[in-house]
Amino acid sequence: MEWLDSFWSTYSTLVLSTGTNVLLALSIYITLACGLLSVANAGFMAIGAYSAALLTLHTGTPLTLALILGAIAAAMMALLIGVPTLRLSGVYLAMATLAFGEVVRILILNAEDLTGGALGLNGIPQLGGLLEVMISVTLALYIFLRLAHSQVGRSMTAISQDEIATELMGLNVRAYKLFCFVVGAALAGLAGALNAHFTFFISPNEYGFERAVEILAMGVIGGVSSPWGAVLGGSLITALPELLRGMGRYRPLINGAILIIIILYSPKGLWDGLRSVLRRTRG
Amino acid sequence: MLAQQIINGLSLGGVYALFALGFTLIFGVLSIINLAHGAIFMIGAYAALHAVLVFHFALLPAIFVAIVITGVAGWILDKFIFAPLRARRAPHLAPMIATIGVAICLTSLAEGYFGSENLRFPPDILPSSTLSLAGVQVNWLDLKIILLVLLLMGFMLWVIRDSRTGRALRSVAESPKAAALLGANVEGLFLATSVIASILGGVAGVLIALYTNAVFPNMGQPMLHKGIAVVIIGGMGDVRGALIGGFFLGFAEVLTIAYIGSSMRDAVAFGLLFSVLLVRPAGLFGHAPQRRV
Amino acid sequence: MLKLSSLSKDFGALRVLDNLDLAIPTRGIFGLIGPNGAGKTTIFNLITGLLPPSSGSIEFLGERLNGLPPFMITRRGIARTFQNIRLFKDMTAEENVLVAMGDLSKYHTLKALLPGGYRDDENSQRKSARELLSRVGLSAKAHQPAAFLSYGEQRRLELARALATRPKLLLLDEPAAGMNAAEKQQLMEEIEKLEASGLSIVLIEHDMRFVMGICAEIAVLNFGRWIAQGSPTEIRAHPKVIEAYLGNNDTGDT
Repeated sequence: MEWLDSFWSTYSTLVLSTGTNVLLALSIYITLACGLLSVANAGFMAIGAYSAALLTLHTGTPLTLALILGAIAAAMMALLIGVPTLRLSGVYLAMATLAFGEVVRILILNAEDLTGGALGLNGIPQLGGLLEVMISVTLALYIFLRLAHSQVGRSMTAISQDEIATELMGLNVRAYKLFCFVVGAALAGLAGALNAHFTFFISPNEYGFERAVEILAMGVIGGVSSPWGAVLGGSLITALPELLRGMGRYRPLINGAILIIIILYSPKGLWDGLRSVLRRTRG
Repeated sequence: MLAQQIINGLSLGGVYALFALGFTLIFGVLSIINLAHGAIFMIGAYAALHAVLVFHFALLPAIFVAIVITGVAGWILDKFIFAPLRARRAPHLAPMIATIGVAICLTSLAEGYFGSENLRFPPDILPSSTLSLAGVQVNWLDLKIILLVLLLMGFMLWVIRDSRTGRALRSVAESPKAAALLGANVEGLFLATSVIASILGGVAGVLIALYTNAVFPNMGQPMLHKGIAVVIIGGMGDVRGALIGGFFLGFAEVLTIAYIGSSMRDAVAFGLLFSVLLVRPAGLFGHAPQRRV
Repeated sequence: MLKLSSLSKDFGALRVLDNLDLAIPTRGIFGLIGPNGAGKTTIFNLITGLLPPSSGSIEFLGERLNGLPPFMITRRGIARTFQNIRLFKDMTAEENVLVAMGDLSKYHTLKALLPGGYRDDENSQRKSARELLSRVGLSAKAHQPAAFLSYGEQRRLELARALATRPKLLLLDEPAAGMNAAEKQQLMEEIEKLEASGLSIVLIEHDMRFVMGICAEIAVLNFGRWIAQGSPTEIRAHPKVIEAYLGNNDTGDT
């Protein structure tokens, strides 16, 4: 079992990060699947991370409870801003949610006494996390897969194709959208809370623009046809920097180029793209 | 002192407005959130700087070089990225991700070629003379910036409001399908919009580089954030909104730095942003798209 | 059954509907005709809650509909089809109908999370969906994406979908548009059968023979105002109606 220990000591963060990135990818999958172009998840991640970290740091809350409370904090914020902003649609919603994420970051930056401001929060209790990450991912995937194949999934697809026609079928579209938005936020908050507890240190810059865009990339690469796409998207985005490690100076360039190529050739997501390639080769 | 702040507000606000205008044009007409706009802004600055440092151009020709280079960048952006994605009926956010890829590539190329240190324009290129205006010493540089900005804006407003191209642009922004049926050259208009928007971003880049006397590979990022804030406050997809929002933000920042302290600068912008989001998410002049019944 | 009282709708300075009163009876197919732009589809949009009235009220089965969101109006029992088909193009015919049965009060989300939790509900819903599809003659196409159906088939799917919401009142917006004579004949019979089974029907159509053929009563709208109301015979001979139509190119099928 020695190789397992040495594997773990080198790659533990990578494995855990893959887990939280899959959660983040799922969090944006559920909003995209409903037709909501929401890019706010980095902000929700920050809320979850800071809430949970502050709880374990200052009040010794057990990890599981802190995780749940972090997710709830994010969900409540989603409820607050969801009601006015979900009236927007399309790229307008994307802009508004992008801005919201930035606002959260700035708020955290400026609430120095509470959050440590730009210096971040240090010394977060290392309460491990592999078990919690695995449970979270498994649970989330299971729930989403069940929902996707049920009436709920069908309704979400309908909403993403034509909101008005769907509403006229007797479905409360506003409630569905809010539901997806809040669930996505809770999941992102959970991911943030988990992430905070295996990286010792969090700072507002981790949850800014770059993170929002990274999460979005996971969502678009994964596509909305299935929750498995999110697993693919999340894993790929985590693995890419590692795979490119040998490229030195050219890393960001290749990273950017890969992103462009994937989008140009599989605009609906890699999961969908791979499936159609498989279909074609089967003749 | 106040007069100096007004001048500062006008120049900074003017540059923000130019940048935001480019951003909102692509947003309004192509429905794309162009996250490469900041990178193109940066390319404009580097292009002008390079022209001055290596080819010893004077300032105005250098700005012209920036215009050409960023215009080409805008052309490439539409031709090779936006148009193919349109043809493939890509989902709404796909172009946005592609622009992220573009931004990453451009930034890393700039860093590779020019290095990551802060570069400056040579001092003799910057007009250092001041003018006495209403009893205040005003920097010629600031004045030139303001003039150039006003000129460009006036031109843009004329194009968009009164010219045939402008009307075609507005009809495409409303409904590309309807505009195509009416005979508008939709693809050509998209291409032209991308080029014009990039030029605006590039010019803004040069002007900020002159104003702050700093050129560095990541300069596009904070600008992009500001651009987004302006467009949301002023109204998404609305030209007046971008202009008024830009000046508004410029003034707000300048006055905050002068009277409150520079650390609160970003907080002010984003505080405004948050309030707008909660109360009127479409922005001051924006109109959220109507539900199609 | 459905009552419009002093209903008006303005779009900015333009008054599209002007103080309309109308009482739609429970029995008999009711026709709504008028030249293009008269405001007929706007009336449907107001009834289904997609647009708010500028003034006046709409009552259905004695209860006010004003201000209710569209999904509640559908749940009260009003369904509609659209002038330009609004099917879910990427979903199969069966799935299109299933969405309309998606009123979650029928199956519990929490139960859905348990393995096998929704299998029974799904199966019974699919059965009902297939019954509806066979009613409109689309059983063979149940698993085809809606985009692959012919125009006439798509119209029939729209009808099936509207029926899936179990309405008491069905609003049909130009159901015969783009159909050939044989299809129109079939549609007329289908609509009459629906009415006979207890469904109230209001339809907007431009094809005069179609309208005169199945409607018991017709109201004529022009520039947002009623210009005539009565039986097909009365309407056919009504001077104002003739004038309104001769003034446009829109003389329906000859």
